[in-house]
Amino acid sequence: MKVLVTGVAGTLGRLVAMRLVERGHDVIGIDRRPWPNAPESIEMYEHDIRKRTAEDVFRTRRPQAAIHMATVTHLVHKSPDRMRVNLYGTRAFIQHCHKYGVKQAIFVGRHTYYGAAADSPLYHTEDEPPMSAHTFPELADLVAADLYASSALWRYPEIATCVLRIVYTLGPSKHGTLGSYLKGSTVPVVMGFDPLIHFIHEEDAAEAIVTALSRKLHGVYNVSGPSPVPISAIVRAVGGRPFPVPATLVRLGLRRLALPNLPPAAIDHLKYPIVVDSDAFKRATDYQHRYDERETIDAFRAAR
Amino acid sequence: MLDKLLPIDPEVAARIDSLDLSFNKFGFDPYGISKKDLVRFMSVFSWFYRHYFKVDVYGLENLPPRGRGILVGNHSGGVAIDGAMVMGSMLLDAEPPRLPHSMIDRFIHQFAGASQFMSRTGQFTGNPDQAIRLLRDDRLLLVFPEGARGTAKLAKDADTLVTFGTGFMRLALETKSPIIPFGFVGGGEALPTVANLKALGRLLGVPYVPVTKWGLLVPKPTRFQLLYGKPMVFEGSGHERDDVCGAMVEEVKEKIRDLIRQGRQLREKKITEADLVL
Repeated sequence: MKVLVTGVAGTLGRLVAMRLVERGHDVIGIDRRPWPNAPESIEMYEHDIRKRTAEDVFRTRRPQAAIHMATVTHLVHKSPDRMRVNLYGTRAFIQHCHKYGVKQAIFVGRHTYYGAAADSPLYHTEDEPPMSAHTFPELADLVAADLYASSALWRYPEIATCVLRIVYTLGPSKHGTLGSYLKGSTVPVVMGFDPLIHFIHEEDAAEAIVTALSRKLHGVYNVSGPSPVPISAIVRAVGGRPFPVPATLVRLGLRRLALPNLPPAAIDHLKYPIVVDSDAFKRATDYQHRYDERETIDAFRAAR
Repeated sequence: MLDKLLPIDPEVAARIDSLDLSFNKFGFDPYGISKKDLVRFMSVFSWFYRHYFKVDVYGLENLPPRGRGILVGNHSGGVAIDGAMVMGSMLLDAEPPRLPHSMIDRFIHQFAGASQFMSRTGQFTGNPDQAIRLLRDDRLLLVFPEGARGTAKLAKDADTLVTFGTGFMRLALETKSPIIPFGFVGGGEALPTVANLKALGRLLGVPYVPVTKWGLLVPKPTRFQLLYGKPMVFEGSGHERDDVCGAMVEEVKEKIRDLIRQGRQLREKKITEADLVL
């Protein structure tokens, strides 16, 4: 099958692309970042998904399936451009899929969609509304991108659209929201709070995306790995030292502390858990994660 | 850390070990309950439960040894001492021990320390999604349908009941869970509140600040009576009209009122254990 992958130069993008090649698919990659030394079997295009040149790739290459991973978080991208990349990029992706006969579209989203709050339940199911959009504007564009992609389910019923909300990835790449947070020997945590953190090995996350593709999954699904672990236990397990900071100080000094890129509302994500229920995904695909909580953390730690 | 200095009671540790919970490689169950923290806390708490206070528990045989259930009872005494005593009776007296998950008020998880402690011991903000999930997982819930209105009763009203919410009944119907009613007597004596400061409470982010006879929020050593009634099973879908559901709630409330009455008579030594109708 001919599969187009946007955001292919990212950590997860690369893992997904390599897996697809291994399974005998033809992979077309789009990313505005370069992927030096990409495998020759992967057709790379250095384009911005929102630009005409990216549409040309859809037009001329006619992929049967497409995976959208070209969304960015406030961690890597602080400018207002982030919002445009996420919203207009997702719109362009869905519209090109529709216009150029893509049969299957996968949007790779995040479990932070559900937001963290004192009264939010553990194990969110897919039907729950996003509770963080108003308190965490830096997350609102990702929530909107997720909802926009979901709207393709009724807007373009001829496309098998799948929205995956994946928990934090962790692994040897040391990339990702959680990975960046855990870097450094002293990790600031909010004093008196110790939220459960839901994470998955990056290889398992890539496998879940490929599984969704091979099973022609249709609908919105949470994806998680092993059962969650409190933040302090994770910090210790990766060899770090949790440094408790009172919430008011965190709020005042967030940008000056060891958390250079965290917006103020991120504090809720250090106080309250976001844990998802991924039973629906497991039932629909028979997917099982390979790395347990210890192995996932060890893989991250070993790459130090 | 201070918690490492706390003594560990081997008997308590053995009871926590026998709980029907599965822990991952870091020692946490899927809801974040920490075996280590439970043992540490209960080791200290057991002294308060057995020696500072004294709880006469009746009707433990009415508790399901396993499987889902909702403990429903009266609230009193300014702060939730009753909740702590129910927790103690379930973990320290019941055979086999069980860990009830209280559905606590949403302000609690907003406080540093409280949030961490509650999270590690399985005490969550009352939320229907959370409650249904726990029940379907065959856990035991602890619900005070009077909520903060219940703890806010002044000492003179400690044995009375205020309005019950209907949420617990809808949960019971939807998940086909038995309700185990309980009556708790003595909350008003341990912490006799004479007033509640609502404005100060708002300032601090709590529903109110109770003021006791002696000013301080320190409970005096008290003997409590805790009576568990026979499980009550109701038939329905959980989506009944309010008046239908309300009638069922009234039945539970009546039972709890009766348990409180008997508990009060026991306390005043007007009846003995042999006279109890649970």
